[in-house]
Amino acid sequence: MEPVIRVENVSYTYDGGGPGEVEALLDVSLEVMGGEFVAVIGHNGSGKSTLAKHMNAIFVPTRGDVFVLGMNTRDESRLWDIRQTVGMVFQNPDNQIVATTVEEDVAFGPENLGVPPGEIRRRVDEALALVDMTGNEKSAPHMLSGGQKQRVAIAGVIAMRPRCIVLDEPTAMLDPVGRSEVLATVRRLASDEGIAVVHITHFMNEAVLADRVVVMEGGRIALRGTPREVFSQPAMLRSLDLDVPQVTELAYALRAAGAPLTRSPLTVAELADDVAAIVGVGRGGGQS
Amino acid sequence: MSDATSDAVIEVRDVCYTYMRGTPLARQALTDVNVRINRGELVAIIGRTGSGKSTLIQHFNGLLKPDSGHVLVGGRDIWRKGVALRDIRRQVGLVFQYPEHQLFEETVVADIAFAPRNMGMSQANVDEAVREAMRVVDLDYDALCDRSPFELSGGQKRRVAIAGVLAMRPEVLVLDEPTAGMDPRGREEVLGEIRQLHEAHGYTIVLVSHSMEDVARFAERLVVMDGGTVAMEGSAREVFRRREELVNMGLGVPQVTALMAELAARGLPSTEDVITVDEALRALLPALLGASGRANEGEREGEVGA
Repeated sequence: MEPVIRVENVSYTYDGGGPGEVEALLDVSLEVMGGEFVAVIGHNGSGKSTLAKHMNAIFVPTRGDVFVLGMNTRDESRLWDIRQTVGMVFQNPDNQIVATTVEEDVAFGPENLGVPPGEIRRRVDEALALVDMTGNEKSAPHMLSGGQKQRVAIAGVIAMRPRCIVLDEPTAMLDPVGRSEVLATVRRLASDEGIAVVHITHFMNEAVLADRVVVMEGGRIALRGTPREVFSQPAMLRSLDLDVPQVTELAYALRAAGAPLTRSPLTVAELADDVAAIVGVGRGGGQS
Repeated sequence: MSDATSDAVIEVRDVCYTYMRGTPLARQALTDVNVRINRGELVAIIGRTGSGKSTLIQHFNGLLKPDSGHVLVGGRDIWRKGVALRDIRRQVGLVFQYPEHQLFEETVVADIAFAPRNMGMSQANVDEAVREAMRVVDLDYDALCDRSPFELSGGQKRRVAIAGVLAMRPEVLVLDEPTAGMDPRGREEVLGEIRQLHEAHGYTIVLVSHSMEDVARFAERLVVMDGGTVAMEGSAREVFRRREELVNMGLGVPQVTALMAELAARGLPSTEDVITVDEALRALLPALLGASGRANEGEREGEVGA
């Protein structure tokens, strides 16, 4: 199967040769398949956003290549197709909303693509259903919560029928409820709609839910793997000043003190199961 | 006259507030709110978006005027005739969300000096206040004074913004989600700074936060807002004991608190209310080591049997 996104040995230098020269990406390679939910974590300045902006040709590599469904992002004649294939959602919901009602906002992208009105209506309804915002068609975007606004922004991207969505810290400005709304939405896009999702985040509890985690540091990929593989290295993550979920940290500390825990739990339920099995109390479902 | 006891810095009494009052869009944001901030405390206000947190803290320094009820700062009703709000806003320094968006001067020093200069402080005093504020938030004066604030890292920018408020020498520092949108390194940096302000410099601090893990580590007292009222108040331990109510409000508890509750439900005798990783470690380790000792013996017996 062809990956939706293929990043091959990409390096990128800001202001090359100039006074502000910064090597933001160094020999980064990454593939993202349809239906896959990939979380990218790392500090500000680690290269996450620079990488994301290569995925729909906002940036073109200084060295190396990025392919979107086989189209090289250097090929300007394919720019339109590339941008339609890969949609972007950004951090601040207030900067992405352009219209005065939710449905007009979602319709904005397909209208610009010249999609016929009947088809636009269908796409808008479908997209709003996918982000669980049906019934808010006539709402004024500025009256919505942050989580709702981000879901409208995602619907706007979905209405363009992309094969991949790249979300650059879409939850950074949201409260925990808004974060879980947005996260549930993007997971569904990957698992049910087969869309490739690249989710950039600072929240480790979100990365835990991904199929794959990529950790960026200093413009390189420092770690990659399943969430369990990545979070089973708390010392490494801490050396990068990244958090691990509290239960993962606790299991690591318990193991270091001699407790016979074997796996790195990612969720409260997993660690509860492991502890319960060792001390011999009930598994799941409350009172034993 | 005031019956405020000497240790209350801010008192909110029976406050109600409605946005766009008298219009069809009127929305009551606070209903009969009573909150007291004592001198030297570090209090966290939690609650989901729209619960009234930000509305409440904007009453602390008179940015919003209550429809009914009273706000007292240092025992004085701030809306009484003759009270200068300018003094109140100097006493109670408010750091908004994303304060770095409000940086605007060409140099770090000019930015931090803006408020004290505007308040009529003399040049010599302004200089001293700026140096002091930078020292307090760990920004190197000599290295940064002439730099543009826009060239700094996210954590540094935010500390410049906080220093700008500290330079007014407030008694209370109120911060609305001071770590919002920051990466983990920036979050630790800013939280460490706040703790330092409290512990080493004795500031009274009120912060609004969405991170239950953070408030469990830092706050001495929590105020939980829900639907424009104060739903709970107490130490983090007392508040996180009421897990179900918090979840119903769209809030949560630290992961380790949820873990201990889950284990207790499965029959593990819970010894204490756990709110931090260290506490969970101490609570669980004896049972786990004891069980593994027994298991090892069991294995050895098994080997003999085989």
